[in-house]
Amino acid sequence: MSVRHALLALLTEGPEYGLRLRQEFESRTGDVWPLNVGQVYTTLQRLEREGWVESDDAGSDGAKKRYRITDGGATELDRWLRTPPDATTPPRDELVIKVQVAVRMPGVDVHDLIQTHRRQLIEAMQHYTHLKADAPADDIGLALVVDAELFRLEGLVRWLDAAGVRLAKLPRAAAPRPGVPAPDPAQVRA
Amino acid sequence: MTTVLELRKVAKVYGSGPSAVHALHAADLRVDAGELVAVMGPSGSGKSTLLTIAGTLEEPSEGEVLIGGVGAAGLSANARAQLRRRSIGFVFQDFNLLPGLSATENVALPLELDGVGRRAAHAHAVRTLDDLGLADRAGHFPDDLSGGERQRVAIARAVVGDRQLLLADEPTGALDSMNGEAVMRILRAACKRGIAGVVVTHDAQLASWADRVIFIRDGRVVDETAPPSGPEVLLDKDLSR
Repeated sequence: MSVRHALLALLTEGPEYGLRLRQEFESRTGDVWPLNVGQVYTTLQRLEREGWVESDDAGSDGAKKRYRITDGGATELDRWLRTPPDATTPPRDELVIKVQVAVRMPGVDVHDLIQTHRRQLIEAMQHYTHLKADAPADDIGLALVVDAELFRLEGLVRWLDAAGVRLAKLPRAAAPRPGVPAPDPAQVRA
Repeated sequence: MTTVLELRKVAKVYGSGPSAVHALHAADLRVDAGELVAVMGPSGSGKSTLLTIAGTLEEPSEGEVLIGGVGAAGLSANARAQLRRRSIGFVFQDFNLLPGLSATENVALPLELDGVGRRAAHAHAVRTLDDLGLADRAGHFPDDLSGGERQRVAIARAVVGDRQLLLADEPTGALDSMNGEAVMRILRAACKRGIAGVVVTHDAQLASWADRVIFIRDGRVVDETAPPSGPEVLLDKDLSR
């Protein structure tokens, strides 16, 4: 997630202090994505170096500075909004790697491993769903962020379900043998 | 907390001899009043069998089913039917509303079958529909309602009266995600008001509305989620990058 661009977007509403930007960011994402103060100021300094924001008083420390977006910053924000997220290179998903490795390890019950991960993912999903269920109906920031997390986690659960079915159907002779390297998921193109 | 549903070592075998199918093996389940439990498993895992046995629609081959502390096995067929009408509400994926009856008439039907007078049953049905945000749809027939509205009417029919137990089989399976969410909000709210709910599903999003998720595989309960723990920790650093 781009904190830089989220801060630029907040600054389109008018000049703001760093601390206030942090509060706004957290409240608009339903407090689901916490930001630490240091991260905010480091990001603002970087944006200032890029010429995308400017501050009132270059001499004072971060807390006393009020930042505003520049024309260059507005152009960059527009470019970022319209650029598709990088969906071409699959991420090196840790869960995929764990299951890939386990399939080839003697003495590991891969179905048991899949169930352990399935349960933990469902527990995380319960947490988010209950957060959404208990939130005020107009908390759109929280609903959008929580939905995104739920769909992402659901995707992992569905992948585990499919992996379980594939492995159960695998004839013994075709089962992966120890020593045969698994394809690197990051090298597999969609 | 009062236990509403209890399954003790419930097994179900269809057929006999070498072709026998063991749909359930010694399944235990307890659901308290006010609790929503999801039973999650793939197709053919035995979850729908578990639900029909919990609802006394089928008898187990072994083990016991208790509804409100009363063993279903000791009841006559008539007494079991009465227990179902009074205490158990069912919600199915395809709604199962009667097309020739209005929303109100559909919801009032179980009360009328149980001997409640027509006027009182209808008044109760209208109140229940109103609780679920369907007051303006009370006179509509199922064909005039959207999928989400039909399922809400089906839920109203399942919770009307003094039902203790709500059993739902893939209740959001025919709905898009937002209508599915609306249905799960209603089911969750019904449970918060004191009904015990069991939802069977293969859908992780649906299961995540439950207080507790039971995992079933090849007819066996294999795992269960931990109860929610202490202060809410939202996302770890890896996820918030």
